[in-house]
Amino acid sequence: MAKFFAITILVIAILSAIPILRHTWVAPEDISTHGHLIDEQMSETMAEAGIAFLAAQFILALFIWQFSSRGPDAKIKSFPGGAKALVIAALLLVGAEVLALGVFGVKAWANVYLTPPSANAMPIQVQAGQFAFYFRYPGPDGTFGPLHPELISEGTQNFFGLDTEHDADSKDDVVTAEMAIPVNKEIHLLMHAKDVGHSFFVRELRVQQDFVPGLDVSLHFTATKVGKYEIVCTQLCGLGHYNMKAYLNVLSQDDFNDWLKKEAAMQ
Amino acid sequence: MIGKQYYALALVAALSGMLLSWFMRIHLAWTNAAIPGLQLLSKTGAPGGVMTPDFYLQLMTMHGTIMVFFVLTTAPFAAFGNFFLPIQVGAEDMPFPRINMSSFWVTFLAFVVLMSSFILGDGPTLGGWTQYAPLNSVGSVAGPGQGLGVVLWMTSIALFCVGQLLGSLNFITTTLDLRVKGMSLMRLPLSAWAWFITSCMGLTAFAVLLPACILVILDHVAGTSFFVPSNSVINDQLQPHSGGSTLLWQHLFWFFGHPEVYIAIVPGIGIVSHILITNMRKQMLSQRVLIYCMGALAVLSYMVYGHHMFVSGMNPVSALAFSFPTLVITIPATIIVLIWVFSLYGSKLRINSASLFALGFVSMFVSGGVSGFFLAQPSIDIMLHATYFVVGHFHMVMGVAAMFGIFAATYFWFPKMSGRMMNETLGKIHFWLSFVGTYCVFMPFHYLGMAGNIRRYSSFPDDFLQPLIPVHRWITVAALITGAAQLIFVYNLIHSRFRGKPAPDNPWEATSLEWSTATPPPWDNFGGKHPVVYHDPYQYGVRSSVGDYVMQASPEQVKTEHEEK
Repeated sequence: MAKFFAITILVIAILSAIPILRHTWVAPEDISTHGHLIDEQMSETMAEAGIAFLAAQFILALFIWQFSSRGPDAKIKSFPGGAKALVIAALLLVGAEVLALGVFGVKAWANVYLTPPSANAMPIQVQAGQFAFYFRYPGPDGTFGPLHPELISEGTQNFFGLDTEHDADSKDDVVTAEMAIPVNKEIHLLMHAKDVGHSFFVRELRVQQDFVPGLDVSLHFTATKVGKYEIVCTQLCGLGHYNMKAYLNVLSQDDFNDWLKKEAAMQ
Repeated sequence: MIGKQYYALALVAALSGMLLSWFMRIHLAWTNAAIPGLQLLSKTGAPGGVMTPDFYLQLMTMHGTIMVFFVLTTAPFAAFGNFFLPIQVGAEDMPFPRINMSSFWVTFLAFVVLMSSFILGDGPTLGGWTQYAPLNSVGSVAGPGQGLGVVLWMTSIALFCVGQLLGSLNFITTTLDLRVKGMSLMRLPLSAWAWFITSCMGLTAFAVLLPACILVILDHVAGTSFFVPSNSVINDQLQPHSGGSTLLWQHLFWFFGHPEVYIAIVPGIGIVSHILITNMRKQMLSQRVLIYCMGALAVLSYMVYGHHMFVSGMNPVSALAFSFPTLVITIPATIIVLIWVFSLYGSKLRINSASLFALGFVSMFVSGGVSGFFLAQPSIDIMLHATYFVVGHFHMVMGVAAMFGIFAATYFWFPKMSGRMMNETLGKIHFWLSFVGTYCVFMPFHYLGMAGNIRRYSSFPDDFLQPLIPVHRWITVAALITGAAQLIFVYNLIHSRFRGKPAPDNPWEATSLEWSTATPPPWDNFGGKHPVVYHDPYQYGVRSSVGDYVMQASPEQVKTEHEEK
């Protein structure tokens, strides 16, 4: 039975590794300028964690095979080197791994979060609410009008609570249900939640950030490939959570200009 | 007695939690399938047996809450600890028996309050076991169960915290003050050490969750705004709250929540070490190092909680600060695994249901542990946060590993607790189905997560999730089979309780004090005598009058391995 158990552990370990080695289920191709840093960090971690996983399961299986159900006369032995060798090995190996991953990992994170957006980044505001995203472009004046939460109304389609009659800055704001952005242009995304917690996740962009009600956070990224991608909510926000999504349309600069003009005309 | 009560509560909770997971899995794989009998569980949640999205989230919340609190905390810590910690230190009972009894009844009441949300109001809360703010504080306007359901949830968990605080006090006092003559701290078995370390964690962690729950209840009933900011608009209505902080809840919750996962797993680490040593017939390479590592896990567990919040909107610099201790915590965890695995070298390993589950625990702990390497890094967390990768990770390392610890402990200690042996053949069948089944269920979760499959979705309408639905179907089938295998365990448990072979006092030829008393132990554990301890806990591989071991309470002097005073 013990030998069968050892083989089972081996088989499970190998079968578990196969889909990863064959890339059966992987994240879609990256379309951002920073995403390759995350992907590299991911593969590096996969290599190290994968080796640790296989090695531990193999040695466990080996020792179960070798040392189970031995006769009454078998002698008890102790692993040469003892606990000291293991502690030193763990400190050195895992310590080095921790340091390496920790230090190199900072780069990918810093690229997204610790650098400010460039001055000419294009500002877009996204508002999350149960259970839809809405987007706002500042219009020709480059300024977002102020929000009046008491004016928010699904009925009159005033999703942000804009007062276009009194606020000059709001008059040219463009509100859309789809997010379009020009390709190869840095976007400065201003994130606002009107009710509960939500999140903004685009797999291809390698971007995920929670909305914090009461605290507007921002994010910046550059998309490098034209196409249509899904923006989904990843923070449990209520019964419609699973269905809360919008599309991100990455367009050429010209197509984007046309799109924005058309949307502006529909306001 | 109280230990058995806790165990019974955990068993009922585990079966209800598992039933809920079956419902959820069926719904995820076949969204429009009618599940027979489901309509009985809710007035509106499952018309004709087809689950609604909100009912899915309610079941999910209940599954998580029941499993984390009433199974993973209750069984390995409160149940086995209550029964065996006093015996292992040589005490007649816990020092405050009345407090001990009230800790159980408060926990029981907490369970009743939680389950009552199925029949009261518009059902249980749908906010998940993490109950993020402000969804937890704005009331029923935010969805079904967000009014009364949340208040019941918070009340239940607040009560649970009280129960665990009382229990922890007793555990700590028992360990420090009630050890018999000769039982120095370093002579405590590893399971006793694990319960002691866990109770220290429990005392500090539950003390933070308790006030947090009270604050949420106040937001509901007293018109306060601890967790709701100004200008919140729900259903086109401006909410009458202002000035609260939503991130405050996350900080409070995870300051409890991360130690909590160690509260679930550290008893398992101790129990599995205890069982492995007995069945290896030799000591671990170093008991002392294992104790230090468990202590290190406990201390570090308070410094890493921010890794749940990398993309929460907290300061991105603090993400790096939380990432480093999270990576460091893998060092004591690795040392523990290395000691287990390399202690097997040169042993005379006995294969039985208990040792199989203990070895299975080691395998699961490794599998669940390595995925922690990914989630500890903020940059990778951008891709994996809130995906099934996280679900796979914590189910493996804290859910199933801890369950394997509970099973190992049950097969190992059942003879002492009930006076009867469990059926070994059924135990082994249970093990094989559980071990293989668990990997079939939870390994694919990681693959789903890597492809970006988001958790807490009641179905998967997104275009990019369509190719992943066959994986979900595979998981569902595996989960149904693995779950059904647990019924073998329940049958074995109940059947052996009444019809099992009578158990001898020391069926496993073990050394610690629980095996030197009668079976089952008398009400004062040792029948009026006080044992005296002469040896380290694990004197195996020696030549004595009884065999290859010397019991702690045996005055027999033999040539022993080195003693760790």
